[in-house]
Amino acid sequence: MNENKLLEIKNLTIQYKTDNGLVHAVNDLSLSLKKGESLGLVGETGAGKTTTALGIMNLVPDPPGIIIGGEIQFEGSDLLKLSKQNMRKVRGEKISMVFQDPMTSLNPVMTVGKQIAESVRIHETLSRKEAEQRAVDVLEMVGIPGERFNEYPHQFSGGMRQRVVIAIALACRPDLLIADEPTTALDVTIQAQVLDLIANLKKEQQSSLIMITHDLGVVAEVCEKVAIMYAGRLIEYGTLDDIYNHTRHPYSIGLFSSIPSIDGDEERLRPIPGLMPDPINLPKGCSFWPRCNRATENCKRAVPALIESDPDHWVRCIHIDKAGFFEKNAVSKKTDTSRNESITHTKDTDVEIDSSKLEESLASG
Amino acid sequence: MSITNSKNRKATKHQVSGTGYWANAWFRLKKNKGAMLSLAVIILMVVIAILADVVSPYPYDLQNADHAFQIPSTQHLLGTDNFGRDILSRIIHGSRISLLVGFSSIIFAIILGGLLGALSGYYAGKVDNIIMRSMDILMAIPGMLLAITLAAAFEPGLNNVIIAIGVAEVPIYARVIRSSVLTIKGQEFIEAAESIGASDTRIILRHILPNCMAPIIVQATLGMAGAILSVAALSFLGLGIQPPTPEWGSMLANVRQHLLTYPHMALFPGLAIMITIFALNILGDGLRDALDPRLKN
Repeated sequence: MNENKLLEIKNLTIQYKTDNGLVHAVNDLSLSLKKGESLGLVGETGAGKTTTALGIMNLVPDPPGIIIGGEIQFEGSDLLKLSKQNMRKVRGEKISMVFQDPMTSLNPVMTVGKQIAESVRIHETLSRKEAEQRAVDVLEMVGIPGERFNEYPHQFSGGMRQRVVIAIALACRPDLLIADEPTTALDVTIQAQVLDLIANLKKEQQSSLIMITHDLGVVAEVCEKVAIMYAGRLIEYGTLDDIYNHTRHPYSIGLFSSIPSIDGDEERLRPIPGLMPDPINLPKGCSFWPRCNRATENCKRAVPALIESDPDHWVRCIHIDKAGFFEKNAVSKKTDTSRNESITHTKDTDVEIDSSKLEESLASG
Repeated sequence: MSITNSKNRKATKHQVSGTGYWANAWFRLKKNKGAMLSLAVIILMVVIAILADVVSPYPYDLQNADHAFQIPSTQHLLGTDNFGRDILSRIIHGSRISLLVGFSSIIFAIILGGLLGALSGYYAGKVDNIIMRSMDILMAIPGMLLAITLAAAFEPGLNNVIIAIGVAEVPIYARVIRSSVLTIKGQEFIEAAESIGASDTRIILRHILPNCMAPIIVQATLGMAGAILSVAALSFLGLGIQPPTPEWGSMLANVRQHLLTYPHMALFPGLAIMITIFALNILGDGLRDALDPRLKN
């Protein structure tokens, strides 16, 4: 569609071969990301978000994982076809990743400074001194005093470690940053700080971002585009406004109704009944039908295609037509289309947002 | 505040970390009196071995037929042997050989075994199978027998003894290192290192191996005791260090005919072997306890 596209994933399929059978982790996933854009990849545990990210990095553990097919176009080349060596050049320099648990994603016997400098030294021909100077700069950029360069990861708290991880990821100014649930392992007060940091640095370095999360509040805070995954498939994709205020897919609607709302006076949440299907044994047809309250016989026949319900808002449900068949009950009451308004609104719906953050946004807004 | 927190949290296994980890291990080792005593004995031995020429009262090969077969006296603290050579001086010089061979053969085994173990653990699959099955074959041959065969096949000499003893130890290190690599490899920081574009070599050398130091150190300390015993045994059989170079095992071999009449000639070299090995074993046990993160208190 567009030339300033940074990343385009086409029909990516990734499976894991296990003794119990083939795990269909990612099925026929297509996504695209423009330069400077942030995409939230949302889904339950096991929806295939992390596998997608590892697929982009070409780091799917093999065995048991196999990339069955598809293309990942990044800056004009297909990442899946790159040689091992060329791929290494992409990792860290062009695309880098922030992992979920900062407790385990740092090498315990290496000083944090060295770990940051390592990434720089791999990709740029710098002397040790220059690389270390850069590491100090990057440390300060993420809000850690440069004197702590020579300290080991265990001397840092969880939030600080995640900053170090972010520093490593950003040391080479990548074009694309993949953050795999960067706040899940952190406590709520630190979450907001880390999200702010990611959002700010992203803006400063003009890199694109893929934010993997199961927390819709996080997405509302940093992303412009949202993709919702279920059982390895993209089921809804659109702008933040599309997804939050014009939710179409029954699963996405279910996700939003399982979040308590601050302004609603609901007594009980309405969680989605049932569990995610076994990825070894996906149900025929739409993988959501066993849990869907609108399921019909037709749903069980074939995997629904993605339908463009509004411009650039894609939904994978046969019950959706161009006009958007479903009316959403809780969240879409507000029909305001102004982007900013809708974002603050969705922020309010998220229970996990800490109060200080909320006050801040109230005070500033 | 959070810094102290993370220190307390260090008890979990994968947080085995940097200076703090080694400082903690040292702290635990210090509480183990036996291990500290052994460490002192070993350090003393190393110092004596280095300063052998200075501290030994006589040259190790000074023969004096008049003074042959003397029992310990103020002149010859540990007596003399059948050629009238001072036994204390010979034991002091012999410690050079024992410690050198013990140390070098273990280093040889660690380097070779470590390389094989790391490759096999990191690449898994076929590579792993080929390497580890050859190690199993090597392990099926009794270590001493293998060392004797190798030592007999080459001409006797220091380097060949080191290799003969080292080769027999290789499979042990290959196994220890392979299993540590397998544990470390699955951890997230290895994936993180891959994600910044680190090459396999860099990941193995900079990220995996430094994290497997604890089991290697323990195994090396215990292995050194075995290696010292092996070199003594080889020399006893005449396949190791050749006379007149003093070596504890060959000193024992020399006194076979005089054992009943002059037992002190065998007693002191034997004691030297025993004390060294005992100290190394106690230290090895202490290190194992000190480096085991599960025993943290």
